[in-house]
Amino acid sequence: MTSERIPPTRFALWRQYGREMSVGVFLVLLVGYFGTTPGFLRADNLRDILINAAPLVIAACGMTMVIIAGMIDISAGSALAVCAVVAGVTSKSGASLPTVILLPMLTGAVIGAVNGWLVAGVRIPAIIVTLGMMSVLRGGVIWWTRGEWIGNLPPSFSAIGRGEVAGIPTPVLVAIGIVVATALLLARTPLGRHIYAVGGNPLAAARMGIPVRRVLWLVFVMHGALLGLSALVYASRFSVIQSNAGAGFELLAISAVVVGGVNIFGGQGTVWGSAIGGLLLQVISTGLIFRRVSEYWAPSVQGALVLLAVVADALRTRRARR
Amino acid sequence: MKRIIARREAVLVVLLLAEMAAMQSLSPLFLTPDNLIEVVRQSAEIGLIALAMTLVIITAGIDLSVGSIVGLSVMTMGMLWEDARLPLALAVPFALVAGALLGGFNGTLITAVGIPPLIVTLATMAGFRGIALGMSQARSIRNFPEGFLWLGQGYVAGIPVQVWILAVTAVLFHLGLTRTAWGRSVFSIGANEAAARLSGVPVNRVKMQVYMLSGFMSALAAVIYAAHVSVAKPDAGLGFELTAITAVVLGGTAVSGGEGGVLGTLIALLMVGFLRSGLTLARVPSEAQDMMVGLLLIIVVAIDRWSRRAGRE
Repeated sequence: MTSERIPPTRFALWRQYGREMSVGVFLVLLVGYFGTTPGFLRADNLRDILINAAPLVIAACGMTMVIIAGMIDISAGSALAVCAVVAGVTSKSGASLPTVILLPMLTGAVIGAVNGWLVAGVRIPAIIVTLGMMSVLRGGVIWWTRGEWIGNLPPSFSAIGRGEVAGIPTPVLVAIGIVVATALLLARTPLGRHIYAVGGNPLAAARMGIPVRRVLWLVFVMHGALLGLSALVYASRFSVIQSNAGAGFELLAISAVVVGGVNIFGGQGTVWGSAIGGLLLQVISTGLIFRRVSEYWAPSVQGALVLLAVVADALRTRRARR
Repeated sequence: MKRIIARREAVLVVLLLAEMAAMQSLSPLFLTPDNLIEVVRQSAEIGLIALAMTLVIITAGIDLSVGSIVGLSVMTMGMLWEDARLPLALAVPFALVAGALLGGFNGTLITAVGIPPLIVTLATMAGFRGIALGMSQARSIRNFPEGFLWLGQGYVAGIPVQVWILAVTAVLFHLGLTRTAWGRSVFSIGANEAAARLSGVPVNRVKMQVYMLSGFMSALAAVIYAAHVSVAKPDAGLGFELTAITAVVLGGTAVSGGEGGVLGTLIALLMVGFLRSGLTLARVPSEAQDMMVGLLLIIVVAIDRWSRRAGRE
C-alpha cells in the first residue's frame, strides 16, 4: 500500500515514485528518438499527440482504479462505442450542452453499475462479466445503429473536442483535470485508501470493516462514468461516429495502466504512472507513422511494450524479495 | 464433486433439447440433418480450441491469444506455401509447430517469469495479431489445391472431415483428462497450486504443456479453417477466444479452476451453435445474436453462482 509513510531521505521521491519517474524518463528518451524525424517535434504535432492521447488518458484513470482494486474490464472498448453513439444521438436531437456532456457519462455509469453489480453482488469473476458485456454492448450498438455511421453532427458538438480555453485544447484540459481529480481521490480520501486495501488483500480489508462490495461497485461506476467522458472527448473530435469505434480500446487502456506501473495483482500504483503510460503509447503510435512503419505492426509494438513492462516488474519484485 | 459435474452436464443436455425444440418452432428448417450437420461443421474449428481452453481454464488460467494464434499460424502456413514454395504437406506441420511454440511463449512468461495468464495472453493477443498482419501486409492467400480443401470441405461416411477430427480429439482429451495421472495433475494445479507443488506435481511443466497444447490446437483449427473457407487471411480467428471461453464456462468449467470437463464444453458449444443457427434461420441479425450469446454467458454463470450459494446455505 502506498499509504505507508516512507521516512524522508534524499531519495524519498525516487523510492515512492521510482516507477513513474522511470517511465517518464523513457517517454522523454522516446520523444528524443522520434524527434530526429523531421516534423515530429513541431509544436502542432506535439499538440496533436496530446489531444489524441486525451481520451486514452481519461479512460486509463478509471481503469487504474479498477486494476488497483484487483479487477479488470475488457468491455471498455464496447462501452466506449455505446457512450459515443449516445453522445452523438443526444447532440443531434438538439439537446443542451450540459445534457450532451452528462448523458454519455450517465450511460457509462449505468453500464459500470451493471458490471459492478455482477462482480460485487452476484460475485461472477470480472473477466467473465466483462467478456460477456463486451459482446452484449458491441452487438447492441451495432444493432441500434444498424452498423451505420452517425454523421451530420452539429457544430456545437464538434466544439467540445476541437475547442480550446486560453490556448490549451479542451480535451487536454479535461484530461489533466481528471488525472488530478483521480489522483487526489486515490491518495487523499478514505474511498481511495479503501480501493488500495481491497485490491491489496480483500479478506484483510473486509476484516478491517471496509465495505468491500460497495467499494468495488463504486469503482466500476466511477470507471464507467469516466469512460462516458472519454467517449465524448473521443467522438467530438471527428465528424462521424462509427459503430466499431473503440475496438481494441480496452487493451490500450489496460496497456497504459500496466506500462505505468500499476500492479496487475491490485493494491499498488498511481494515476500519474497510467497518464504517462497513455502518453507513451500515443507517442509510439504517432512516432511509428512518422518513421513510415506499416500500421499493421502497431499491435505488436504495443503488445511487446506491455510484456516488457510486466517482465521488468516481475524481475524487480523477485530481486527485491531475495 | 463428480456428482455435481454429472448433474451440471445433465442440465446442459436438457437445456440443449429445449433450445432445439424452441428453434424448431421458430423455423421448420432447423431440425433437418443437413442443417444440424452444418451447425456442427461450423462449430468444429472453435470446438478444437475450446477443448484445449477447457484444460487451460481448469488450471485456473486463461488464453486470450488463441484467435491471434489462428491468424499467425494460418499466415505461416500460407506464406511458406506461396512465397517459400514449400509443399502443403510440409507447410501444415510447420504451422502446427509454430502454434505450439507460440503457446510455449505464453507458457514461458506465465511459468518462468510468473506473470498472470490474463495479462500475458492479452498482450500476445495484440502481439501475435500484429505479427500476422505485419509480415503478410494484410494480404490474403487463395487457390489452395483440392486435396487440402478436403480437410475443411470433404466428407467421410456422410460426416464432414473436421467433425471426425473434433470427435477423435474430444475423446482423446476426455480420456487424457479423466483417466491419466497427467489429467489429475491438471485438476490439482487448478484446485490448489501450492498444494499440488508440495505433493510433487511438476506444476510448471504441466502448465507449460497446457499452453503449448492450446497453441497447437489453435493452429490445427487454423489449418482446418483455411481449408473450410478456401482462404488464409491474417484476420482469421478474430473473436474466436470469446466463443471458445463462452463454451468452456457455459459447459460448467469453473474459471476459478480445479473443476470442469470437455463433455460440458462440447454440449455448450452445440448450444451456442444451435442458438446462432436457429436465430439466423429466424432472420435475427448477427449482432443481436452476439448480444444473446453474451447474455447467455452472464445469465448461466449467475444462475450457477446463485444455486451454489443456495446449496451452501
